[in-house]
Amino acid sequence: MATNETLARTLEAGENLLGRDNYLNHTRGLRSWLLTLDHKRIALMYLVSILASFLLGGVLALVIRTELLTPQKTVIGPDTYNQVFTLHGAVMIFLFIIPGIPAALGNFVLPMMLGAKDVAFPRLNLASYYFWVAGALLALVSMISGAVDTGWTFYTPYSTTTNTAVISMVMGAFVLGFSSVFTGLNFIVTIHTMRPPGMGWFRMPLFLWGLYGTAIIQILATPVLGITLLLLAIERALGIGIFDPSLGGDPVLFQHFFWFYSHPAVYIMILPAMGVVSELISTFSRKHIFGYRFIAYSSIAIAVISFLVWGHHMFVSGQSTLLGMIFSFLTFLVAIPSAVKVFNWTATMYKGSIWLATPMLYALSFLFLFGIGGLTGLFLGALATDVHLHDTYFVVAHFHYVMFGGTVIGFLGGLHYWWPKMFGRMYSERWGRVAALLVFVGFNVTFFAQFLMGSKGMPRRYYNYPPEFAPYHLVSTVGSYLLAAGFVIMAGYLLHSLLRGKPAPANPWGSATLEWQTPSPPPHDNFVSPPSVGDPYAVEEWQFDPRVGGYVHGASVGKP
Amino acid sequence: MSIVETAGHDPHLAHHFPSRRRQFEAGKLGMWIFLATEVLLFGGLFCAYAVYRANHPEIFVWAHRFLDTTLGALNTAVLIGSSFTMALAVRAAQLGRRHALVRLLGATILLAAVFLGVKGVEYEHKWKEGLLWGKRFRPVEASPTAAGGTPQPLLVPAPPPGAGASERSGIPLAPEGPAGLAGAAPALEPHDSRPPRNVQIFFGVYFVMTGLHGLHVIAGMVVLGVMLVRARRGEFGSSYFTPVDLAGLYWHLVDLIWIYLFPLLYLIH
Repeated sequence: MATNETLARTLEAGENLLGRDNYLNHTRGLRSWLLTLDHKRIALMYLVSILASFLLGGVLALVIRTELLTPQKTVIGPDTYNQVFTLHGAVMIFLFIIPGIPAALGNFVLPMMLGAKDVAFPRLNLASYYFWVAGALLALVSMISGAVDTGWTFYTPYSTTTNTAVISMVMGAFVLGFSSVFTGLNFIVTIHTMRPPGMGWFRMPLFLWGLYGTAIIQILATPVLGITLLLLAIERALGIGIFDPSLGGDPVLFQHFFWFYSHPAVYIMILPAMGVVSELISTFSRKHIFGYRFIAYSSIAIAVISFLVWGHHMFVSGQSTLLGMIFSFLTFLVAIPSAVKVFNWTATMYKGSIWLATPMLYALSFLFLFGIGGLTGLFLGALATDVHLHDTYFVVAHFHYVMFGGTVIGFLGGLHYWWPKMFGRMYSERWGRVAALLVFVGFNVTFFAQFLMGSKGMPRRYYNYPPEFAPYHLVSTVGSYLLAAGFVIMAGYLLHSLLRGKPAPANPWGSATLEWQTPSPPPHDNFVSPPSVGDPYAVEEWQFDPRVGGYVHGASVGKP
Repeated sequence: MSIVETAGHDPHLAHHFPSRRRQFEAGKLGMWIFLATEVLLFGGLFCAYAVYRANHPEIFVWAHRFLDTTLGALNTAVLIGSSFTMALAVRAAQLGRRHALVRLLGATILLAAVFLGVKGVEYEHKWKEGLLWGKRFRPVEASPTAAGGTPQPLLVPAPPPGAGASERSGIPLAPEGPAGLAGAAPALEPHDSRPPRNVQIFFGVYFVMTGLHGLHVIAGMVVLGVMLVRARRGEFGSSYFTPVDLAGLYWHLVDLIWIYLFPLLYLIH
């Protein structure tokens, strides 16, 4: 096999496969992409689709912030406003954040981290993508045919009585649920059955532990959302009465069902981001991860506890005090595994040689923002405080600190980290840092102001507000523009890198996980020869080689 | 065995699996996880059932008598029978008995069709009696002879076993709902023909649960139909029977769900 030998030499030199046979040009034509079974291509299709959703959700967010610039009408009327914030929530949650890290980054990286050629069920993987597309189309239909104005939570009885297009949106979310379940199922089976010889459970990269925990929640919680949304759709279409108080149904039951999924779902969003951060912190501190087992177990602990806390969304929905106390206690428990992770990451950085590359800037942002988001979650989990803060901007700010400051920042960190592997090109490090800084500052300006106004009583989802809240809203809106500027810059340099970026070496960051042991971009079958499985965090064994411009395994040079 | 399994040119071994055995294990694990999601899908409905039954037992006790226990029992027997033929089909596939496989798959599909037919008869009765869900709940007078000019729809349930005679099988007094629940129905007399409030909830739950189950039966028939076609083409043999095996697992789950639905809906005391 002459080609394999060339490839092997390429790999040794840490070179790059641009212009040669790689997964991007292995087969050509639109058909070869749309019907591909290659996990890397499916990941890229997911990535493009998800980023498009992110753009849509982001534009809707800017419309919301612009409208709230002044207490009276600024750009849109009250009914449109209700629709816009609903769509912002629904698009961001169902189309972007939930599939974001697992389906786009996870799909690309998971098999490679295992040294495998693909996920266990490639066809199911492709099916999951098309379920996503179908769900997104249904959501679009809903937007065009009378956008939903219920809030992304679809609470009954309003959602069964409003005359906006609830059914198509709900069925969209239902179909997206299939996509999520199939991804999770695929990941669990892949991790169980396709680990290479020598990779026991505790030699897996922590990103895989994060994805595994995520997948557990995906397969156990999503079906419950599925039946809930189905009941809601039947309720609207046929009047089945299960959630309708006038027919003897119980609307709070909908809230229980909805949050039984949707609270675990926020951990579907955050767990993979935590996995990404575990990879980044070790690599860019040039140091072995600290407390591997604790981080791994805490992912599973978060996944388990996540199923027991949904009641904290109903502290003021007439739930009994005893139940409230139990849910409050269980909610506080989540703080423990979360803090275990944060402390271990901090300890990893201690005495490390911290390299402030763009991905690391996002990892550090994650620590700050997730710290704030997580701690304010305890305010909301405390019963008495929650009565005051419930349904105010404090909740909005907390949610965004965790979801944006946590998940999206983690996603961006992972995107920048694996970008050279995905496309074989480096982006501009300088512009990367500028954008990371702008995103960090813009985010804090936008949402910290919301903590303040929320604690002063500004309710969420309101179209108008008393003038004394105007300064906070002004600051928040300005912050959102800064944030948008950061994203525009990011889009600019990332697109530029696709065309003009410097060719990336096989291992630009000196990571020790397996996906860096193959050229960038990888060949169709991922690896030329099976990679050597070792400690995924032995980053000290990889040394920078100026001749290749990347890191090479320096076991012979470095360690005794 | 691994030599045989890893030999090239195996049409049923995907390129990313090292051996057929690993592939089989992966498929089986995937199917079990899928079944777990199915259980949770129905779990939501069972949960709704539990909530309403705990809060309003009188509705369930009163309304379940309108379901035809004989037909329900018949359907239970039919589905268990189909599970039996399915299990035999899997065995036939493993042993490479092609004709037996085709016949057994056909029998399973036939039994599934019988189940749906019986279910259709039951649905039709409910439809005629107006015993439908929430908004469509408009019970017709069961005894047209009682046209004494009483305009309110009087529900006369299917004769309870030994009207007035058997105290044991009579319906117990319904406990009051939890304090504070609006509309806790008055205690129900065993032979009271007045329906408790919100009877339509029972029929809502009944139609959603059996309807979703029916959809799963139809999906199962489609899957088994595909297996039947593939079996006739001779695609399965003792060395490759994974799809039949997995379809069998699914079919047993569909059967199992009905085994829970039947007593929960039809056999309430």
